[in-house]
Amino acid sequence: MDATTPDIHGHRALQHHFENMEQQREAGTLGMWVFLVTELMFFGGMFLAYTLYRAKYPAAFASASNHLDITLGALNTAVLILSSFTMAMAVYFTQVGKQRFQVICLLLTLLLGLTFLGVKAKEYHDKYNDALIPGQLIPGRSFGPEVAHEGDHDPHKVHLIEGATLRQVELFYWIYFAMTGMHALHMIIGAGLLTFLLIFSLKGRFDPEYHSPVEVIGLYWHFVDIIWIFLFPLLYLLGRHLEHG
Amino acid sequence: MSEHIVPVRVYVTIFLVLLVGTALTVAAAFVDFPGPLNTIVAMTIAVTKATFVVLYFMHVRYSSRLVWVIVASALFWMAILFALTFSDYLTRGWLSVGY
Repeated sequence: MDATTPDIHGHRALQHHFENMEQQREAGTLGMWVFLVTELMFFGGMFLAYTLYRAKYPAAFASASNHLDITLGALNTAVLILSSFTMAMAVYFTQVGKQRFQVICLLLTLLLGLTFLGVKAKEYHDKYNDALIPGQLIPGRSFGPEVAHEGDHDPHKVHLIEGATLRQVELFYWIYFAMTGMHALHMIIGAGLLTFLLIFSLKGRFDPEYHSPVEVIGLYWHFVDIIWIFLFPLLYLLGRHLEHG
Repeated sequence: MSEHIVPVRVYVTIFLVLLVGTALTVAAAFVDFPGPLNTIVAMTIAVTKATFVVLYFMHVRYSSRLVWVIVASALFWMAILFALTFSDYLTRGWLSVGY
């Protein structure tokens, strides 16, 4: 479209290679979905590793899983779901052109994301204290939790179910840290993206016609939420019953 | 504007459904179901929650066919990943070959 022909769909954010804002938005959303499919493939490999080793060492997975803090895990699940909700509301307020609420929702989403990371950091620190960081990832503090004996209910010790070995428990923690670590990395990237959205939102860049960045980063945020929806039961909860399948 | 705007009431409903789902999955984890039923219950709840997020929070229900195809392709490739890998692992030892 050359500059002399006025375009009824003209908008300052419209790129020259798109016919109109709707086409531009559709293309952006589609591109994000393709990216999210590749992301699912990426996480899929880790879910596959988890499933395989869980089938191979059920007793060890149950022992290790029982050591995770269900309360903190459930709290983080609720925090993430709430943040997904505020993200969806941020998209809504952008679509209806309420800039102030849009800023508030983006800020809430960012704060909830940071809360999640804070709780995760506390969990990692607990695992560090109990010497559950696998291998020699931490110099001078290799994997070596204390093993609880019969009748000992110290929560800082690993309670090995019959048939489980410490080496197998260590394998669970490799998978645990790989999966939750990758998830946390995605949350950190998401928090960065939200900061960017917040700055542009404060500048009033988004309106009902143009809000692809909010929509697309929203998709990413929900995707990260979905990964956690699966990680929480698989890592924290299922261990309780693995002894019988 | 042909973009579909999802009403607030839908978002609130989905949010509550997700919270209830989380509470259910935690509650179910403390009940000892027979056999592999605990896993099946937990995964059913997780898949349901994820479906709600995809359909409503991620607007797929209101999106074009092309987006549907891409979402379906994700599930399709995941199915290949799991099916082919487990067709190996789960069938090991079915045949006794001499080594």
